[in-house]
Amino acid sequence: MQLIFEKSRPGRRAGHVPAHGLPVPEVPAGLRRDEPPRLPEIAEPDLVRHFTKLSTRNFGIDTGFYPLGSCTMKHNPRVNERFAVLPGFRDLHPLDEESRTQGALRLCFELQEALVEVTGLDAVSLQPAAGSQGEITGLMLMRAYFADRGEAERRRKIVIPDTAHGTNPASVTMAGYELTNVQTDARGNIDVDDLRGKVDEETAGLMLTNPSTLGLFDENIEQISEIFRSAGALMYYDGANLNAVCGISRPGDMGFDIVHINLHKTFSQPHGGGGPGGGPIAVGERLAPYLPVPAVVREGDGYALDYDRPKSIGKVRGFYGPFGVFVRSYAFIRAYGPQLREMSEAAVLNANYLLALLRDAYELPFDRLCMHEFVLSARRQKREHGVTALDIAKGLMDHGFHPPTIYFPLIVPEALMIEPTETETKETLDTFADAMLAIAREAAEEPELLKEAPHVRPVKRLDEVRAVKNPVVRYGFEEHEEPPGAPAEPRQLEAQ
Amino acid sequence: MAAESYPDDLLYHPGHDWARIDGDEATFGITWFAQDALGELVHYEAPEAGSSVAKDRTYSEVESVKAVSDVIAPLSGEILEVNAAVAEAPETVNADPYGEGWLVRVRLTEPGEAGSLMDAEAYRRHLAEQG
Amino acid sequence: MSYLSLTDGDRDAMLEAIGVSTIEELFADIPAGVRFGRALDLPPALTEQELTAYFEELAEANADPSQTVSFLGAGLYDHYVPAVVDTVLQRGEFLTAYTPYQPELSQGVLQAIFEYQTAICELTGMDVSNASGYDGTTVAADACFVAKHATGRSKVVVTEATNPQVRQVVKTYAPGFGLEVVEVPHRDGATEPDELREAAEDAACVIFQQPNVFGVLEPAPDLAAAAADAGALPVAHVDPLSLGVLEAPGNYGCALAIGEGQSAGNPLSFGGPHYGFLAARSEFIRRMPGRIVGETTDAAGNRGYVLTLQTREQHIRREKATSNITTNQTLLALGGLVYLSWLGPQGLREVGETCLALAQYAKDRLNFPPVFSDKTTFKEFAVRVGRPAREVVSAALEQGIHPGYPLGRDYPGMDDALLIAVTERRTPAEIDRLAEVLASCS
Repeated sequence: MQLIFEKSRPGRRAGHVPAHGLPVPEVPAGLRRDEPPRLPEIAEPDLVRHFTKLSTRNFGIDTGFYPLGSCTMKHNPRVNERFAVLPGFRDLHPLDEESRTQGALRLCFELQEALVEVTGLDAVSLQPAAGSQGEITGLMLMRAYFADRGEAERRRKIVIPDTAHGTNPASVTMAGYELTNVQTDARGNIDVDDLRGKVDEETAGLMLTNPSTLGLFDENIEQISEIFRSAGALMYYDGANLNAVCGISRPGDMGFDIVHINLHKTFSQPHGGGGPGGGPIAVGERLAPYLPVPAVVREGDGYALDYDRPKSIGKVRGFYGPFGVFVRSYAFIRAYGPQLREMSEAAVLNANYLLALLRDAYELPFDRLCMHEFVLSARRQKREHGVTALDIAKGLMDHGFHPPTIYFPLIVPEALMIEPTETETKETLDTFADAMLAIAREAAEEPELLKEAPHVRPVKRLDEVRAVKNPVVRYGFEEHEEPPGAPAEPRQLEAQ
Repeated sequence: MAAESYPDDLLYHPGHDWARIDGDEATFGITWFAQDALGELVHYEAPEAGSSVAKDRTYSEVESVKAVSDVIAPLSGEILEVNAAVAEAPETVNADPYGEGWLVRVRLTEPGEAGSLMDAEAYRRHLAEQG
Repeated sequence: MSYLSLTDGDRDAMLEAIGVSTIEELFADIPAGVRFGRALDLPPALTEQELTAYFEELAEANADPSQTVSFLGAGLYDHYVPAVVDTVLQRGEFLTAYTPYQPELSQGVLQAIFEYQTAICELTGMDVSNASGYDGTTVAADACFVAKHATGRSKVVVTEATNPQVRQVVKTYAPGFGLEVVEVPHRDGATEPDELREAAEDAACVIFQQPNVFGVLEPAPDLAAAAADAGALPVAHVDPLSLGVLEAPGNYGCALAIGEGQSAGNPLSFGGPHYGFLAARSEFIRRMPGRIVGETTDAAGNRGYVLTLQTREQHIRREKATSNITTNQTLLALGGLVYLSWLGPQGLREVGETCLALAQYAKDRLNFPPVFSDKTTFKEFAVRVGRPAREVVSAALEQGIHPGYPLGRDYPGMDDALLIAVTERRTPAEIDRLAEVLASCS
C-alpha cells in the first residue's frame, strides 16, 4: 500500500493552529529554517483511513492467539486504558509541586509496595523504562555497591548462562563489565559443576532468568545461590518470566539481590508494537541506598520525592519512569490482589496442557514439566523433510495464529518457544494444537506448501538480504516521481 | 552457492578458517562450512591493510541477515591487502569461498605456526566430530 | 476480578491430559526451600467498577489540571494533542502487538515505523533514524555510546545549558561506557563556540541543546563547527516542534540529532511514557542503537518492510551489540507520526510561529528583567522575579496559575529565576492573567 508521503498533496492539511494575530518575532538568519521538512500533507479523513488500513495489516493480541515465547502476550484489560488517560494523570506535569501530585505519587508508592511483596525484596525504583534498562541499572547498582566496599576494581566479571536473553550480555558490556558464560546441564538447569569453577573473588554477580528461557525452573537454585553468596557476589534476577511464579516463589526468597520486572509482560501493559514497557527494579536492603533518584517515599500522611540519596547511582531516565505504564500495571495488580497466584497457576497449566498436546509431534529437548512456556525443536522436521522452524512459523500464520518465538534460546536448534499465557481458553489451545499437528503432517506430506507460506497474508515472505545490503530506511523523495495528478506548482509554505 | 569442498592445498583452523601459504605470505578466508552455516553474507567488516593479526585472534567480522561471526586468524602476520571485492559484494564468499572470496593477504611473522593447523582430511574429521 | 478463562471443567480435563491430578504437582520442580508459604499480602481483588472508583480517586487526588493555567515546561510541554492520535493509538492491532519479529503479520507497524523514520529524518535533516528510544535523556547516552565507538575517544562534552535531566542520565551511564564527562559552562545563557572548541579536544562527541534549557537559541552552527574542528561528533538535542522555524541539525553539520518527542504527539502523563528520537548521518547507520525498519520486496516482488540491520542488536550480537535496547517506544512514536502528519509542514511552522509570538507577547507583558539579556528565545524564557521563584510559584498557584519552573533547583545563583514556557495552547488572555498574578506575587 502507499506510504503516507505518497498520499501527500501540496496545500492539503488536517490540523490548524491558533494564530491570535500577534506579530511573529524574526528568527536570526543562520538559525532559521528556510526549507520546510517534507511532512505529509493530508486531510483528516484520509489520515484516519491511512492508519486504519495500516492497522488491518497488523496482528495484535486483540486479533488472535499470540504465543510468542518470553513475551507474555496476555490479554490487555481495556479498563486500564481508561485509567491512563484520566485527566488527573494524562495532563499532569512531572515538575508540578508535590502537593499537587499526591495521587500520582501515591500510585507510584503503592505499586512499589506491591512489587516489594511479589519479589520478596525490600525497596523498588520504578524509573527504568524497560527490562533492558532495568538490567543495566541493576549492574550499575552492583558496581556502586562494590565500589563502596573497595572491591569494584577486583570484581569485574558477570556470570550468565548460555540460555540468557541477548540483552543480558549486551547490558554487561554497556555497564563496563566482562562476561563469563556458564553452560546448561542435561536437565536444562545451570551446570553447577561448570559454575563452581567460574565463580571467584573476581565475580561481581550472576544474571539469571528463573524460570529460564527454556521455561524450566532451575532445580539447583539454592546451590547456585550458595555459590554466589559464599563468593561475596550478588545475584540479579531477570524478571522476564516472573509471570510464572507470582505468589508461588519469590526471587528474594531464592537468594536474589536485584530483580527487574517487565511490567509489559507480567502485568499486562500493552506493548504497542514494540513499546512502551516498564522495567522497575526491586532490591534487597543493602542495595537500596544506590537506587536511582528520586525515590518516591511516604512523608507524614502524604508522599514525596526524595532526592537526598548521596550514594545513588543517579538518574537512568527522565523524571520518575513511564508513569502511564504504572497506572495500567497497578490496575492489573489491584484487579487480582492476592489471587495473582491464580494467574501464574493458569499460565503454567495452559503451558503444560499445550505441551502435552504437542510433545509427540515435535522434539522436546528437555523433557520435564514446564512452567509458563516450553521450547520444542523442529530438528526432526528439518532433518527428515527440510522444513525449518521458520517454515512452521510462517505456516501458522495461514491458520490465523501468531507464531511462537523461533531460534531462541540459542542452545536449542530449530527452537519453537511457546508461551500461551493464562488468559487463553482451552478451546484456543486445542485449535492451536490442531494447527501445529496439521503443520507437522504437512511437513511430511507437502513440505513445499510450507516453504512458501504464508499464503493468505498481505505480503509473502520478505527479502531480508536485500533490506540489509541496500538499506532503504526512509522514503526516497528524490527517487520517486511526483505522484499522478499532483499539481505542478511549487508548495506554498510562506507564513501568512 | 558453491558445492561443499575442502581443497587439499589449504591449511585449516578449527574456527572454520583457512590459510593458503605461499612462501612468507598467506591468504586467509572462511571455509565452505562457515559460509553455509551463516547463510548469504551481507557484510564484511574489513580490517585495515597494515594492521597486524595474531593467530587464534579475531581480525574481522562477517555477517548474514541473522548472524554475525568473528573471523579468526589461522596464523600471525601483517595484513598486506584486503579483498575489496568482498567488502563490496560479501556474497562472493558464498559463491567461491576459496577463490574470489578470500578475505586478506598477510605477510607471516611466525611461519612456524603453520604446523599447528589441520590439513583437509583432519578438518573433515573435525567437522564430522562436531556433528 | 481476574482475566482468566478456564472453567473448573477445563482445569480437570487439562490436568488429566497432562497426567497429573493437581495444579500443585505442576510446580514440583521448585525446591521446597524457595516456595512461598503464604498468600500474597496485597489489597483484596477489585471488580472493574471498584477499580474505576479507586483509580478515579487517585487521579482526583492530583490537582485538577483543568483548573490551572500552566506555564511549566523545562523539558516536557503542554502542546495540543489532536483526537486522531488517540483514535489511531487505541486500534487494538497496534496497541496489543509485540515487536514486529514476523514481518508478514506486522506490515502495519513496520510501515508506520518506516514513515516515522522518514518524518524524523525530514525534521532533523538526517539520513537515518531509529525506531525510537526510551526518552529524550536516554538517547543522549545512546549518542555517547555511538560516538565512543565511532571515534575511539573516551571523553564526552555536554554543555551546561543542556537540560539537567539529560546531563544526569549521561553521567549515570558514562562510567560503564568508559567515558569521562566534561561540562562547558554557559556565558549569559548561551555557549561560547571558542570555549566549546577547547573542551572538545579529544572528545568523542559534543552534546548541546537547541533551544537550550533556558529557551535561548544557541549559536548552533558555530557550536557544531567548533566540535567538528576538534574531531568530536556534533550532537544536537532539539525540540521537534521548533523544527518548522529553526534550522535542522543536519543542515548545520551535526553528526547526530536527538531529542525528546513528547512535544510532538504525547500527553505529559507525569513524565512518561514518551519517545526519544535518535537520527544520524548515513555513515553511522551500523552503529545505531535499537530497531531500524527497512524497505524491501516480498517473494512476489511487492514492496514490504522488515526490521533490518539486526546484527547490530543484542539478540544477535549479544555482548558486542550497539545497545542493549529491545523494548522501545513504538506506540508513542506512532503518536508522533500521526501528530506530525496531522500538522503537516505548514502546521509545524505555524506551531513554531505561534509559540514564538506568544512567548514574545509574554515577555512584553511581564515587568521582570530577563535573566539573560539580548538573547533570542523560542517558546521558553527566564526572568528574574525579585524573590525566590519557588515562593512565587506557590503564591501564583493560589490564584490558579502555574507560572513556570524555578531554575534555582538546578542552577546555583538562580533562586529568583523563573523559566516560563509558552506553548500554542496558551492564549493572550491567559498571558495577561499570568502577568497580573505574577505582579501580585513578587
